[in-house]
Amino acid sequence: MKLKSVLLGAAAAVALAPAAFAERGSDGEVKIIYWQAPSILTPFLSGGTKDVEAASMILEPLARYNEQGELVPWLAAEIPTVANGGVSEDLTSITWKITPGLLWSDGTPFTSADVAFTHEYCTHPEGGCAQLTKFNGVTSVETPDDLTVVVTFDGPTPNPYGPFVGGESPILQAAQFANCLGAAASTCTEQNFNPIGTGPFVVDEFKPNDVITMSANPNYRDPAKPAFASVTFKGGGDARAAGQAVMETGEFDYAWNLQLAPDVIAQMEAGGKGVPVAGFGPLLERIMINQTWADPSLPEGERSTAMHPHPFLQEPAVYKAMSMAIDRPLLVEIGYGQAGKIGCSWVPAPEAFASTFEGCDVQDIDGAKAMLDEAGIVDSDGDGVREHNGVPLSILYQTSTNAVRQDFQALIKEWWEQIGFEVELRNVDSSVFFGGDAGSPDTFQKFYADVQMYANTFNGTDPQSYLGNGLCANAPRPETQWQGENISRFCMEEFDALHAELSATADMAERQRIGRELSAMMTDNGGMIPLVHRGRLSAHANTLGGVVLNVWDSELWNVADWYRIESN
Amino acid sequence: MLTFAVRRLVLAVPTLLFISFVIFMLLQLAPGDPMAQVPLTVPPEVKEKMRQALGVGEPPLVQYWKWLVQVFWIEPKVFIDYLTNSSTLLGWLPDTQLYQGELRVISWQTRSPVMDIVIQRIPQTLWVVGMAYIVGILIALPIGIYSAYRQYSVFDQSGTFITMIGFSIPPFFTGPLLIVIFSVQLGWFPSIYDTTLVVDSWAAFKLQLQQMILPVMVLALQTTAQISRYMRASMLDNLNQDYVRTARAKGLSEAVVVTVHVLRNSMIPVITVIALNVPSIFGGAIITENVFKVNGIGQLLITALFANDLPMVMTLTFIFAVLIVLFNLIADILYGLLDPRIRYD
Repeated sequence: MKLKSVLLGAAAAVALAPAAFAERGSDGEVKIIYWQAPSILTPFLSGGTKDVEAASMILEPLARYNEQGELVPWLAAEIPTVANGGVSEDLTSITWKITPGLLWSDGTPFTSADVAFTHEYCTHPEGGCAQLTKFNGVTSVETPDDLTVVVTFDGPTPNPYGPFVGGESPILQAAQFANCLGAAASTCTEQNFNPIGTGPFVVDEFKPNDVITMSANPNYRDPAKPAFASVTFKGGGDARAAGQAVMETGEFDYAWNLQLAPDVIAQMEAGGKGVPVAGFGPLLERIMINQTWADPSLPEGERSTAMHPHPFLQEPAVYKAMSMAIDRPLLVEIGYGQAGKIGCSWVPAPEAFASTFEGCDVQDIDGAKAMLDEAGIVDSDGDGVREHNGVPLSILYQTSTNAVRQDFQALIKEWWEQIGFEVELRNVDSSVFFGGDAGSPDTFQKFYADVQMYANTFNGTDPQSYLGNGLCANAPRPETQWQGENISRFCMEEFDALHAELSATADMAERQRIGRELSAMMTDNGGMIPLVHRGRLSAHANTLGGVVLNVWDSELWNVADWYRIESN
Repeated sequence: MLTFAVRRLVLAVPTLLFISFVIFMLLQLAPGDPMAQVPLTVPPEVKEKMRQALGVGEPPLVQYWKWLVQVFWIEPKVFIDYLTNSSTLLGWLPDTQLYQGELRVISWQTRSPVMDIVIQRIPQTLWVVGMAYIVGILIALPIGIYSAYRQYSVFDQSGTFITMIGFSIPPFFTGPLLIVIFSVQLGWFPSIYDTTLVVDSWAAFKLQLQQMILPVMVLALQTTAQISRYMRASMLDNLNQDYVRTARAKGLSEAVVVTVHVLRNSMIPVITVIALNVPSIFGGAIITENVFKVNGIGQLLITALFANDLPMVMTLTFIFAVLIVLFNLIADILYGLLDPRIRYD
């Protein structure tokens, strides 16, 4: 008996060792800088990463993803699965059990009613909720008792972890937001700026687009956390200044998302006050190949639609040669450094979903030339540009305005011209390019070009809906007001059929196999050329401990565990 | 003079209405989408719903009318309520309670009233940009006077050289340069303005001074360059006049001749220039504020532009227009007051 308690005590001491030194608020202030300033702390009204991540220090979901992309219970007691009975056998409902005894920062109990209210808030037809897709297919959210939430879907849902999971779908306090439903959301300035949450910090003052000051939540569930008594969350400026403030001048402890050239990062790191950290999610920089023809002579409404297939970009020899001519390792080195890896798959992460193809990591200009020669695509009129059925391989290559992208454009143009293409470059301001204005000819959805480059990703770890971007029906076209995610207008019956199979499959290994096949189908059939698997690069001060960069959820997901490393 | 001022004020109303209409239509024509910063993982139909919730889809004229009503009817009501409710100046009056929860000008980024944010930002801009303006003027006037008095001397030449540098080098260069020298290398001043600092002690005041020095230096360089050139030119015009010779012939000392006779006459056009530039203090210094992360009006404008937050951009540019019209009028009136030869009636 005595021995047992001694052993237990020892075990507890070891387990709690890092926390033993810390008590709530013992480490003073932590200063975080995001070069995009948060505008609002209700992530449902914004959807911008900056707002979602700032809010994640205050508002929390039932479960979130850890740095490995695995689900971990957060406000819930455990992750419901079919095995533990939390997910029904027919996959149509999921039952969350909330950890007993949780309190909001104002001291009132956290109950299932708050969870059900959050669903009501986001799905209100006039609310314009940015995270509406999280609630796709949800028919009801019921609360049998204070600690149980039952989410019912309209059909079998192999991945029922959409609603209330991850930093984008946190729980709002019903009492605070009760009068903010629908169109009233905009009148709730006080609520939107000072949400009451369950997270480690509470807002003291929110200055929109500038700075947030927070202090430790007195009702946080772990009495020893957070180690910091207060947070200054500064926003604005640019990535370079943010990196400088952490790694060179040491004014700040954490800088988010430093999209800078590798040599700039290296120079900052030499400042010696902080270190960059990288993490890899599914973000892929890619070139989309237009399956349709965007020729300016075609009438408006027919350009870049399935009515006019592209004269040569659907030819396997052409798109394969284009891919072979690209030196991916060089692109990574020039553009992203330690924040990039060569991209070979449409779904580069999680690893189990990633496909690959031969020759992804080497450049083969001669092979590309030979392949074109063999297919009979040769320069017949001596102007240095090959022709396919009399149409010269002359392409317009567009992307958004961004220093790295313009470097990539110049390099890739050079390589493609070596194998007998003629390449014209174009860049469009990103607010227009990604703006989705159906009246503008310059959006990436309209795709009035032959190839275009940008990056895309998906939330969470399940790529099913992301792979749905390759379905025929999702092509942007005039009938859909040019909305749709199938940017390259890729269309294959086999792909659609296989995706339908994925939606009906629950077994994880099987889902991964289908996912890899779908991804390979897209790259092998010329829908896109993957370029770089991009990571997230952030920096923290040498004196800031406990940082675990997480690309699957908010970067500030474990801010409660951060602490100050005492310098000697 | 009074009739002149009243006439100008009345004329300002249609002018401002016209300006607001032009700004509004220009913004309507400009490309861009308030949802452009929302990640691609949010599907288009959700973005469309978000746009509708912001009121983007309405016809432009309806949007313009709503904005007019909000700015000229609802915001003044809020302001009067504030005056009679919580301000110390007029707080003794009964609370008017004119504002009954109508929709104010709401920013698309923050979903909060634009005016509240503007009022939150004004003090920083006035402190930093206003201080830079005053410092700039204080440096510029003596330089201008002495340069003119000793025309083509070494002092004049080097003054001309430095002001040319001030004119030609943009703040997006001088700002980062000063940061590299004084923040990164020497570590004397912070590179990021701490907007949460409350000045309640000498230590805090010292911090406030430290963080203001770099942005004020950058901005003052520009002001100094401009004003000292005006001052020099205006002094040169007057130094060769007959009345100066008369003053010297009377046996007045050089100090009296320059500072009393010449300077007073030379100040007339310079004061006009100074008054005309005052709106730029309120307008903030877009680039400098951004470089040093001062949360002023200029920085607010540029973030609103990037986010395509039309109500915010519209309201801010309109406030600038009001200030410019107003200070043009003030400059004209000052000119009349200072120079008895000028009469408007």
